[in-house]
Formats: sequence, C-alpha cells, structure tokens
Amino acid sequence: MNVPYAVEMLNITKKFPGIIANDNISLQLKHGEIHALLGENGAGKSTLMSVLFGLYQPEEGEIRKDGKPVKINDPNDANALGIGMVHQHFKLVECFTVLDNIIMGVEPVKHGILQKEEARKKIKKLSDKYGLAVDPDAKIEDITVGMQQRTEILKMLYRENEILIFDEPTAVLTPQEIDELMQIMKNLVKEGKSILFISHKLNEIMAVADRCTVLRKGKYIGTVETKNTSIEELSSMMVGRNVSFHVEKKTQTPGETVLEVRNVTVGSKSHHGDSVKNVSFNVRRGEIVCIAGIDGNGQTELVYGITGLEPLKEGTLTLCGKDITKASIRERNIIGMSHIPEDRHKHGLVLDYTLEDNLILERYFTEEFTDKAGFLKRDNIRKYAERLIDQYDIRSGQGPVTTARSMSGGNQQKAIIGREMDKQPELLVAVQPTRGIDVGAIEYIHKQLVQERDKGKAVLLVSLELDEVMDVPDRILVMYEGEIVGEFDPKKTTQEELGLYMAGAKRMEVKV
Amino acid sequence: MRDFLKKPAVQTVIASLVCVVVGMLIGYIVLLIINPSGAGKAILAVLKNFMNYNRTNLKIRNLGNTIVKTAPLLMCALSVLFSYKVGLFNIGASGQYCAGACISLYAALKWNLGWFPCLILAILAGAVLGSIVGCLKSYYNVNEVISGIMLNWIMLYGTNAILTTVKEPTTPYTYHLTDKAPQAILPTLGLGKLFAGNKYIGIAVPLSILAAVLVKIILDKTKFGYELKATGFNRNAAKYCGMAEKRNIILSLVISGALAGCGAALLYLAGYEEWQCSLASVPAMGFNGIAATFLGGLNPIGTIFASFFIQHITTGGSHVDLSMYCSQISELISSLIIYLCGFVLFIKFTLNKVLDRQNGKNGGKN
Ligand SMILES: Nc1ncnc2c1ncn2[C@@H]1O[C@H](COP(=O)(O)OP(=O)(O)OP(=O)(O)O)[C@@H](O)[C@H]1O
Ligand SMILES: [Mg+2]
Repeated sequence: MNVPYAVEMLNITKKFPGIIANDNISLQLKHGEIHALLGENGAGKSTLMSVLFGLYQPEEGEIRKDGKPVKINDPNDANALGIGMVHQHFKLVECFTVLDNIIMGVEPVKHGILQKEEARKKIKKLSDKYGLAVDPDAKIEDITVGMQQRTEILKMLYRENEILIFDEPTAVLTPQEIDELMQIMKNLVKEGKSILFISHKLNEIMAVADRCTVLRKGKYIGTVETKNTSIEELSSMMVGRNVSFHVEKKTQTPGETVLEVRNVTVGSKSHHGDSVKNVSFNVRRGEIVCIAGIDGNGQTELVYGITGLEPLKEGTLTLCGKDITKASIRERNIIGMSHIPEDRHKHGLVLDYTLEDNLILERYFTEEFTDKAGFLKRDNIRKYAERLIDQYDIRSGQGPVTTARSMSGGNQQKAIIGREMDKQPELLVAVQPTRGIDVGAIEYIHKQLVQERDKGKAVLLVSLELDEVMDVPDRILVMYEGEIVGEFDPKKTTQEELGLYMAGAKRMEVKV
Repeated sequence: MRDFLKKPAVQTVIASLVCVVVGMLIGYIVLLIINPSGAGKAILAVLKNFMNYNRTNLKIRNLGNTIVKTAPLLMCALSVLFSYKVGLFNIGASGQYCAGACISLYAALKWNLGWFPCLILAILAGAVLGSIVGCLKSYYNVNEVISGIMLNWIMLYGTNAILTTVKEPTTPYTYHLTDKAPQAILPTLGLGKLFAGNKYIGIAVPLSILAAVLVKIILDKTKFGYELKATGFNRNAAKYCGMAEKRNIILSLVISGALAGCGAALLYLAGYEEWQCSLASVPAMGFNGIAATFLGGLNPIGTIFASFFIQHITTGGSHVDLSMYCSQISELISSLIIYLCGFVLFIKFTLNKVLDRQNGKNGGKN
C-alpha cells in the first residue's frame, strides 16, 4: 500500500433541483483513520456519503480507491470495493432476526442449502472481536436502537468492508451507548479499517476523530487535525461565526399552573405492566421543566398520554384550568398545546407533502387557510410558509414547494419546530427538540425555548442529552422505570448526581 | 430534454404508453403461439374496435357504444382512486357496482320509479356498502381488501336473487327498460345525434366527466382532500395533528362506494344492457376500474382517458375472428393489456432510475 489514501473523493459536484448539494468538494480518507465530516443541517454531508456509497451519481468529480479511479454505480459496486454504510435512518427488516438481517444478500449456501450455523459462527467471532454485543436470534422490532445499530455495523463487517461510513450514528443513542460506540470505532481502526463519521456533536468528534472535514452550504471549507483544534474553532468553521454553548436566562418566578398531571398511569404496548406509573407534576407559566432519564423509562409514553396519542389508564390532566383527560388531540391543540414529537418521520411530517403543506398541518382548518366552502386558501398558505421558512431559517432546494422527504434531517426538524412554536402555545411539549441538529441551530432553538418561557409560556422538555438537561430548564424531574424518582434545581445539582437517580441507584420522595 | 422527461405528468404519460405497448406485444405473442396465421389481424381487430365497421355511420354509432360503457368504468376507476388516496384499496368497487345495479333496476322495474330516484338509490346503496367496509376497517381494523372481496360475492348473489324477480321468464336477463320502465331511462339530452343516432348515449357521459372533475377538485383544492391525502400518506402524522382519522377512512369509502354505485346506474339506466341473473362472477367493471386508475397515473383527469382506452380494448376484443381462436381469446387479450396497465408506477420508477444513471455517466461532459 504505497498510496496513503484509502479513498479519495475529488472535486465532487452533485446538484438537486434548486440546490447544489455538493459544490466541488474533495475529501481524502487515510488508511486506518477516523475522519469526521462536520457541517450545518443541509450542508451536504449525507449527500456526499451517498455518492460514495453509489446511491447518487455526481455530475462532476472522481472517486479513487487506493489511488485507482473507480466508478460506483450502485451500492453493490460500493460493496465490492469494500465500502459499507450505516444510514441516518437504519435500513433493517423489522420482522427478521438479527442474524437474517446480517446475512441477507450474502447468505452462505452449500448445494443450495442455507448454512446458518456457519454464518452464526462468523458473526459470533466478529462480535467478540470488536465488542459488538447482539442477540442473533432476536427480531429487529424487539431490540433497542443501540443493538440495531450494532447489527448494521456487523452487517458491514460480515461483508468484509474496510471503509465504514457512519451517518449520524450517535443521534439516536443514549450516552452509555455512545461511549460504547466510540470504543467500537477505535477497535475497528486498530484492525485496519478506515471510518468516515458524521456527527453534530463536537465533543464526539474531538474524542474519536483524527481529522475533520468541514462543509458549509455545499462547499468545502477545510480539513483540520483534531489534535490541533478546539470545539470553538470547529464550530465557527462550520457556522461562520462564534457559537455560544451556554444558554443565557434570567431568573424569574413561575406563575400559575398551566399543565397539571395527576396520578397518571399509561399502559405499555411492548410488555406487561405499565410504562408510566402514577406520575404527578405541574408545569407553570414562565418555567421550563425537563424530564430527564435514560431512554425507555416511560418518557415516550408519558408524552403520548399528555398529548393524546395514547389514552390514559388512570389519572387526570388539566390544561389551563380545563380537564383534558379525555379531550381529543385537536381539542388539546386548540386549548393551547404544541408538541414537537420524538419521531419526526413517524408523527411530525407527512414526508410526501410539500414543505408548505407540512407547515400548516395543525392549522389548515382555521379561517386563515380554509374558506367557508372548505377550499384551501393557497395564497395565504404560501405567504405563511414563506414567513416561517425565513424566520426559522429552514433550508431546502425549492422553498415552500420542496417535498419534505428530500429535505435534510435537520431542516425537517427545524420545520417542525417552526410550526409548533408559531402556534403561540400555552404549553410547549418538546421531545428531544435538538436531535440531529447542528450546533448553530441548537443555540437558536434553546434561545427560542427560553424566549417562550420569558413570554410566560410553559415548556415541558424531554431530553436524553445531559448537557441540555443541565443547561436549559428551570427544574429537572428524573424518570426511572415509569416513575418520577427525583426533582432537582439545575443550578444546585451535578451530572453525576443526576446519573445516580437516572440509573435507579437513588431515589427521593417527590411532592407536587 | 432531461428536464422535460423529469416532469411527473410527462412521465405518467410515457409510462402509460409503455405499458399499453408492452401489453399489446405480449398479447400478440400469445396469439402467435395459439395460431400464428391470424395473430396480426386479431390484434389489429382489438385495437381498431369500432373502426372495424366499414360504414362511417356504423363506426360512429359503435364509438358511441364504447363511450356508453366508458362512463360506468370511469366511475369505478374514480371509486378506486378516491380511496387509494387515503391509502386504502377499494377492491370492493365491484360489489358496490352490483349493489347499484340491483337497486336501480329493481326500483325501475318493480316500483316504477323515475330515473332520478333510481340513480339516487344506486348512489346510496354503494355508499352504504362502502360504509360497511369503512367501519370494519376503522373500528375493528379488518383489512379492506378482505371485507371488500367478501362483500363482492355477497352482493353478486344477492343481486342475482333479487333481480330474478324482475327478469324475463325465458332468459336470464332482466326486462328491457324500454319496454317495461321507459320512465327510468336516463335523459339522452339529444347527445345521440352526435353519434349517428346512438340512442343509448346520454346524460351519463357528461355526469361521469363531471364526477372526475369534482374528484380532482376535492382532492387538490379542499380541506377535506388535504386531510384525506395526509391520512393516506402517513396515518400517524394525521393522528398527531388531530385529524379525525376514523371518520376520514369511513367517509372516503362511503364516497368511493357512492361513485361505484352511481356508475352501475349510469350503465343499466341507459338501457344498453340488462343484468344477467345467472352471472357467476362479479362484473369486470370494478376490476377494470383498478387498471384504469393506475393507467391514468392516479389522476382523475388521466383516468378519463385511461377508462376510454380500457373500454376500447375490452369492446375491441369482441371483434377477434372466432373461427381462428376460441371464444375466450378476446377477454384474454384485453385482460393481458389491462393487466400490464397496472405497471405504470413501476415503469415510472424505472424511468427515473435510468435518467439518474445517465446523468452520472455523461455528467462530466456537460
Ligand atoms: N433526494 C433529494 N432530492 C432533492 N434534494 C435533496 C435530496 N437529498 C438532499 N437534498 C437537498 O440537498 C441538501 C443537502 O442535504 P443533505 O441531506 O446532504 O444534508 P446533511 O448535511 O446531511 O444535513 P443534516 O445534518 O440535516 O442531515 C439539502 O438542502 C437537501 O434539501
Ligand atoms: Mg444528513
């Protein structure tokens, strides 16, 4: 191997209708390095990686593997060249087992008979070698996101790929799982693999990457060695200005209660017993209350109960003095509830609708957008969409008429946030609002949350991100196994203390 | 050129044409295998349909006949399309069509009602049937395809049984409307004059076209259409934003049923055909409607043309020379072509992929 680079992408240009997603971008991946790719939402990271993986054909540019020019027409070509990819949204067959997913397409056969045992042995060897714990016989739909991701990684390793692409692998993981993934990645490069790694979390990049390439609005900005740079420098390279990581907010005394949750119990779909057990708390005007906890401790179900996506088994809900225990989702909306959902593809967007139609998803029936005869007022919709796009800096190829599906993940999220905040809600329920969002936009969203609070609105934030939990709210409630096990003032606690409660090692009596 | 080819409307038209051509090719091959000497003539006969007649007058009158049968087909296609937009597959259109035929003929022959009440009853019957499927779907999550197929059979035999009470004693057909219930014949509006005195052509044609336009407007311009499509694309998101998902599912199937039921009345009340009480399978209208929906690119206006084409082929099938082929051949050929019509979406998908590929190959040069 006399060529230093495993993969070179030279002067790549890829256009989509109305936008140049990659404008003359070059990227060189050395053998055995972890190379991070950083950029704002919509900067073109996923697009560049999809070009390398053969999903898109660039208009211009050249790809070299070990110094030799290659043509990658589709993912099969990429695979033949030893290039594998874990996508931003996983591509596993839900009703198949882990083992079946891994060997799919490259099943070992002898005389036309499937040799599952052979595959199982190979998978076992791989998972021991790299510390990728999976249960080969579990179905995908039953396992955690972390294990799904390990399945995706094993899929690449099983195919003996050497170049591994990870598109925002950590956005959906818990902090523990992130640490594990970082370790796995380090093991992989030790064994001679090369990794391309996309993340919006700068501390992760500083921790594992050797070098980092920064993109901005489709253009190449530069490549730096992580040991010679800092988080501040990286963030200003990608956003073009300095980003503040600390949320400024004045102290203020909360006002009257907006949301009252009393003895709420929500059943579980996936297992026996209840996901949320007898939970009570209040959210008042002018405060941000954060529900913290490790993923899967009932936060999702609690939010479903509050927003009306699931019925309550027991307990009552009061919003602005009105009993909403049995109210429909529409009624809750009209009384003043906004909801930034956890899963933007499942609940938040109609991906086949245009951006403008998505922006009116909860107001299309109002007088502003529908006339008395039931016709949509297209002009008003367009005007409204243009204002939100402008105000919330939602970037896309064709503005209001872009299909939501073609937008970058982060910009889809910004569209939802704009829509929910613009409703002027009394209560904003925000579930992981900054998941998959770049640092510049995170700063903006946090400011918006604080602004809502300052305007006297109530905000219920659900977050898995410890930095966010410590920084944004006025009050923290920790959830463990469906119960609230602690209440904290973020100014008077530490991440370590929260961690003990989140892990169930300690608990206190919480009174409303 | 590429930009032109990238337009969805252009793609739909191209894909539809490709399907039609491939369908004819396969039909031709089948004919070749059965009896090579008559294949060319037979496929031409299918395609020429009314042009097979040698007198201009006859040609035009027979074109009229094809159009008379296009109206109900179009209604069935609209029925399938409407529920498809909500993400449901209304395979029950055939049963709803039966219900429409049953009630409209019965009301005309037994109760001597006029055409208008007969038409309304047919619409209601279709709607009731649609609502059954809709309620089963939204309250008990019964798959609409299963309940639709079951109802198709129930309706077929139900219709046979009921209409036996108003059938000719010696044949399996119901009484001629012209003899027994002239008051129930749809107004012709003098449209027959345009088709060399075809006496069956009438209000059904403008009504069905109006229905297509209305469906288009409802889907594209109204709040209701916005809700329906949102539910069809992403049921969870529709629920999340507070749309009455159950109500929308039921309502869309009610409208679908009404369209199909109305379609039947538009045919049988024209007096062009009688119901055959010995039918052992549901009329093909409902299934051909599925093909017309896809051939029309899931667009109500495209469906108008697609319905005409499919009816053209279906009627054309009867012109195949039966001394060379067995009598089922006409249906075999037309259903082959119709079957291929279902592949429009697939062709569109492939076309897009090819375009992307080419783009990558000569991308460096331009
Ligand atoms: N298939 C597509 N069709 C049209 N436009 C697209 C398509 N895919 C991406 N785009 C556009 O290209 C731009 C870059 O998108 P890309 O997904 O590469 O961004 P990203 O850097 O991965 O952002 P994020 O951090 O939000 O995931 C976006 O403006 C997006 O709207
Ligand atoms: Mg991306």
